[in-house]
Amino acid sequence: MKETNALVLGDKTFESRLFTGTGKFASKSLIAPMLAASESEMITVALRRVDPDSRDENILDFIPDSVTLLPNTSGARTAEEAIRIARIAREAGCGNFIKIEVITDMQYLLPDNHETLKATRILAKEGFVVLPYYMPDITVTKQLHDAGAAAVMPLGSPIGSNRGLEMKPMIKIIIETSTLPVVVDAGIGRPSQAAEAMEMGADAVLVNTAIATSADPAMAGKAFAMAVKAGRMGYLAKMADESRFARASSPLTGFLRE
Amino acid sequence: MNINLNGKTIESQSSTLKDLVRENGLNPRALVAEVNLEVIRQEDWETFQIKDGDSIELLNFVGGG
Repeated sequence: MKETNALVLGDKTFESRLFTGTGKFASKSLIAPMLAASESEMITVALRRVDPDSRDENILDFIPDSVTLLPNTSGARTAEEAIRIARIAREAGCGNFIKIEVITDMQYLLPDNHETLKATRILAKEGFVVLPYYMPDITVTKQLHDAGAAAVMPLGSPIGSNRGLEMKPMIKIIIETSTLPVVVDAGIGRPSQAAEAMEMGADAVLVNTAIATSADPAMAGKAFAMAVKAGRMGYLAKMADESRFARASSPLTGFLRE
Repeated sequence: MNINLNGKTIESQSSTLKDLVRENGLNPRALVAEVNLEVIRQEDWETFQIKDGDSIELLNFVGGG
């Protein structure tokens, strides 16, 4: 079997199963080196009202052309707002990939599955490659599939919390039952957690905060890339089952003794 | 005339979108403009007339996860 196979989403093929984000970097100049070190091929951006006081930096200038842009609908509180942001992003030349993020809970930033599903339905019909960020729920997963999503993105733990796969048992069920690729997005805080998600059979992970807020984002990006590859290969190599009792490495006979 | 720009009602002397961007001291390069819920492409800003009561959003892409 091939070591690691590529992931197809929409009309694009991704060799790297690590998606990244542009938020929270101490300096935007750290983004390109992080992308080079991590070999990530898709990165998220957000849309906001222009701030006349901020310096003239355009985040898009810091992202190489070869990397697929994944605009998110952060700020949207309803499906309608998410749809509006998606259309603006596409009109602005960002491509047709969109990460749906619909949130009204400002403390935990947990997504609104209901509004996310509504937005998915409409945007998928308009030809977007829709990647919905949502609370892992088996019924909603099937509904997102029927609504035309290109993948599903269940959260690991709250955005930016670095707490890893708190939703692990639910994510396992989603991976087992989903007919769409599963991208674990939000809360992954360490490379080992990314590896864990991939070992479980996730198709990809999206990591922003853990990389951006580390002391060395390029190194962290590389570490996450290695972890994602290791996890994916571990999954494909199919480890043997767990056992209650020990299973000796060498025969328990022929010992050199009386 | 009065327009709503990025959620605030302001007075503007501008007749076109291009003028409005300049009037507000903004760099057009990175901007996306939406007028009355419709995105207006940059190549059309020079000719696009803004009217009293228009609701205008000037947006740009920023870092995000």
